[in-house]
Amino acid sequence: MGQLISLEIDGNKVQVPAGTLVVDAARKAGVDIPVFCYHPKMEPVGMCRMCLVEIGRPQMNRDTGELERNEDGSYVIQFGPKLETGCTEVVSEGMVVRGMTDEVSRARKDIIEFLLTSHPLDCPVCDKGGECSLQNLTMEFGSGDGRFLYDEKKHFSKHVPLGELIYLDRERCIQCGRCVRFQDEIVDDAVIGFEGRGRSLKIVTYSEPGFDSYYSGNTTDICPVGALTTSDFRFGARPWEMKAVASVCTHCPVGCNLTLNVRRENKSGGDFVVKRVLPRQNEAVNEIWICDKGRFAHHYASSEDRLTQPLVRVDGELTPASWDEALELVAKRFKEAGSDLLTLASGRISNEDLFNLRSLSDHLGGSTALYSEMAGGDLVAQVGVGQGSNFSNLGPETTIFVVASNLEEEAPLYWLRVKQAAERGAKLIVANPRHTKTERLASHVLRYPYGGEAALVLALTNSLSTKRIDLPNEFREIERSREIQAAAKDFAEADNAIILFGNEGTGLQTSRHLAQACANLLIITGHTGKANNGLIAVWQRANTQGAWDMGFRPAADLIETVRSKQALYIAAADPAGDDPNFVEAIKTTGFIVVQELFLTETAKLADVVLPAQAFIEREGTLTNGERRVQRFYTAVPERLQTRPDYSITAQISQLVGLELEDKHPFRVMEQIAAQIPDYSDVSYEKVSAVVEQWPIIGRSDLYYGGTTYENSQGLGYQLQPAAQKGQPVSLEAVQLEEFDSGGEAGLVAVPVTVLYDRGQMVIPADLLHQRIPEPYVVVHPESIAHLGLIDGAHVRLDISGIEVDVVAHLDETIPQDVLLVPRSMGIPIHGPTPVEIAVVEQAVT
Amino acid sequence: MSAVVGLARGLMTTLRSMFGKPITVQYPEQKLPVTRRFKGRHFLDRYENGLEKCIGCALCAAACPANAIFVEASENTDEERFSPGERYASTYEINMLRCIFCGYCEDACPTEAIVLGDNYELSFTDRKSAIYTKEMLIVPVPENGKPTPQEIEPGTFTRSIPVMQDPED
Ligand code: SF4
Ligand code: SF4
Ligand code: SF4
Ligand code: SF4
Ligand code: FES
Repeated sequence: MGQLISLEIDGNKVQVPAGTLVVDAARKAGVDIPVFCYHPKMEPVGMCRMCLVEIGRPQMNRDTGELERNEDGSYVIQFGPKLETGCTEVVSEGMVVRGMTDEVSRARKDIIEFLLTSHPLDCPVCDKGGECSLQNLTMEFGSGDGRFLYDEKKHFSKHVPLGELIYLDRERCIQCGRCVRFQDEIVDDAVIGFEGRGRSLKIVTYSEPGFDSYYSGNTTDICPVGALTTSDFRFGARPWEMKAVASVCTHCPVGCNLTLNVRRENKSGGDFVVKRVLPRQNEAVNEIWICDKGRFAHHYASSEDRLTQPLVRVDGELTPASWDEALELVAKRFKEAGSDLLTLASGRISNEDLFNLRSLSDHLGGSTALYSEMAGGDLVAQVGVGQGSNFSNLGPETTIFVVASNLEEEAPLYWLRVKQAAERGAKLIVANPRHTKTERLASHVLRYPYGGEAALVLALTNSLSTKRIDLPNEFREIERSREIQAAAKDFAEADNAIILFGNEGTGLQTSRHLAQACANLLIITGHTGKANNGLIAVWQRANTQGAWDMGFRPAADLIETVRSKQALYIAAADPAGDDPNFVEAIKTTGFIVVQELFLTETAKLADVVLPAQAFIEREGTLTNGERRVQRFYTAVPERLQTRPDYSITAQISQLVGLELEDKHPFRVMEQIAAQIPDYSDVSYEKVSAVVEQWPIIGRSDLYYGGTTYENSQGLGYQLQPAAQKGQPVSLEAVQLEEFDSGGEAGLVAVPVTVLYDRGQMVIPADLLHQRIPEPYVVVHPESIAHLGLIDGAHVRLDISGIEVDVVAHLDETIPQDVLLVPRSMGIPIHGPTPVEIAVVEQAVT
Repeated sequence: MSAVVGLARGLMTTLRSMFGKPITVQYPEQKLPVTRRFKGRHFLDRYENGLEKCIGCALCAAACPANAIFVEASENTDEERFSPGERYASTYEINMLRCIFCGYCEDACPTEAIVLGDNYELSFTDRKSAIYTKEMLIVPVPENGKPTPQEIEPGTFTRSIPVMQDPED
């Protein structure tokens, strides 16, 4: 923080850092200066004039250059002849700001009257009504009477879909430009803009599909009026009618803080339902933003298809059963299986759930496996980013290295945070086999062939160290790139360095090598054990890190691990649905228990299906990619007979003679703290603690930050990695193996991640359907030239012994000889796999 | 002396009411008219064409001090139009056991849709029947109107809220 400036605002003496804007200084002093166009997260533009105030500055003696003083020693203040916009003026020493004078009130009244000349009287039906800053300001400063004739108001279309997610009401727009600036400045998706001038100015979308941005929902939050609203919440309820419940997004490892707005609904038979999802401020995680997946995909949790009753297989059919019956059967068979029990779980469920699963398994002497295609959670626990890390604080002294990740698709808010750090001056190294949006602000763009991610990191390390580790022949080329040296230098010389590794093109094996190579690079360059330094894994699930911390590890060959077990306990994973090759292996198991939200392909194979609760129905904690333990709260009552995962496991345990907590997740956390050293200082109290954050975004403020909720329920608690606790971390050699070469056509299928996939947590959200593609693959036209394919053709893939029909998209910007296969699209793929491709039907042109 | 006067005065009153016209009303056979501003059971009004006045804004529910009203809104389409605006009340309920007949809902309503009427004969045998649903509250379709939902020529209603006059009284 730089030099402090003292000034006086409406009689309050305040001290703020140099460079602060007058409106922000006032906010800190607790004085409201109303704003419309200004938003604390964006550059001021001074468009709306709502923030007009009188500003006086100390008078300077022209001869001496000294500030003139009155007899009592105070400065002689000279006020300007006109009102000034507080959002564009920077504070200066001795400044006096007056916002309560008659002249200012008159100006505010005039501006409001002007904005209302053609504003419709929609408040009673407007979705923003009740949390609208135009309403608030009109109540505060408006004249209460209109001098303009209603009949002379300009009328525009009321319902312009900018896309299927966001609607524009042209009459309500006050032309503050917040939405356009958000898309341009903050998320760099310039898909909407102004068209026309004056009263006829309107917001238009340039993209196809309309408003094609993963962050579009945020514009409805910051729009100070009801001009932009979501189709999801259209006429859903009035804002004051809903209960606000704190939660955490369960879709990706960022762990954005959310607020769920809940209300009883007649349409749903009088049940409590989540009417909308809004961001909750956490400046260290998601600031005040969330992505559209977090905002709109929540419908899976209230889907009609949810399991609501335990099912037990009787005479070959899954039949409804009571909990007692089901649990007793499970307990009996688990006990018999003993050490031949395998517990398979994914990072979709909470730490409490995973801990209980692990405890039960340990008690019976069984084994556990993590359903994940990424490795490195153990390394993150050692050299992960240190406690106190916060992307918001990163600037020129930092280098961020993003490797093997299409960051925006894998974790949209990480992308945003990295992008903003780069804008503040952080150096950004992006290594990926193909172009990604992350590259736009990169200082170094490094390319490597798919499969060469670990080799690339190794090459970076090699260029810094004398002890070179030889790369396999096929990746030698990488080392010769001059960019490598420059990037390595920037990485090594930075005060702070962070590596984010993702899952672009990697499978479990390659991910393991990559994670190790990244950890080594951090250790060699000394970027471990400190805040803002270390490793972040961009996991595929929200709590994969938590699962590692609770002791779950992915199995090298899961199909073989599953095969011929006496009992199998699968929680929150659908291996059979992801890859039909699992079906046969699972069937060889003696007894299968599936704990799920839906009747998945795996659940259909089960002997007992236990209905779990979704995150909206229960409490728990998730550990995000930066190892911040965050708490979500119960928003709606449980659905029929569902139970939370940790309870189900605890109840099974009780029947096999192990006492586990089945009622209060905080008690489970106490046990976690007692048994898992990394969590020894975690408690619900700690994760629920809050401190004041900047900007202050009270929802009813005249200084309007948007409809984001302030955070009073917990900012989470970031764990210390081993390196920060002073424990030794050691380099491990990275084993590089040859890359699988392709099938006959020489094609290798590599998995990539897309945000809107066809997974069970996305598909139930009907309103996203236009954005969720049909199963498809992407291939370079040259690689399949012999097939003479045109874009959009239907092809048949022969992959891992399974045939699937998909659409083929041609893309010249991706490397040749690979076939990009999006995950969770119904195409079985766990890592680079040889593939054969045949045409089924050419697309119609 | 003054005691006698007092006694006589009292007796006068007695005598007057003995021979005066009785004011007892034989309810329920006989009913008194209510005053102009009487606040009895609510009804939901319609326009002459049969469209519902209520736009589902829930301001009545917000104004209600007894928390007696529950409104859930849905969107009108030209194929299925209930009200002239963009939205209508798909659910509208008043719990008459909670209602204190203050009339705040009527005051709050931007379209004069909810009106407190003359009916004071509200008695229930169970709690559930005290909840008046939209079907019970809405007035019958006027003679020249059509029942809702109506199919309407697209472009007839383009406003979020029907244009309202300044309320006079
Ligand atoms: S749509 Fe909203 S945010 Fe965008 S310019 Fe209009 S009022 Fe401002
Ligand atoms: S960025 Fe990730 S955590 Fe945040 S809202 Fe989107 S999916 Fe959820
Ligand atoms: S009359 Fe008063 S108490 Fe009754 S529903 Fe209306 S606002 Fe509520
Ligand atoms: S009765 Fe009036 S105030 Fe109540 S929801 Fe309908 S329009 Fe709104
Ligand atoms: S001009 Fe200052 S807030 Fe718009």
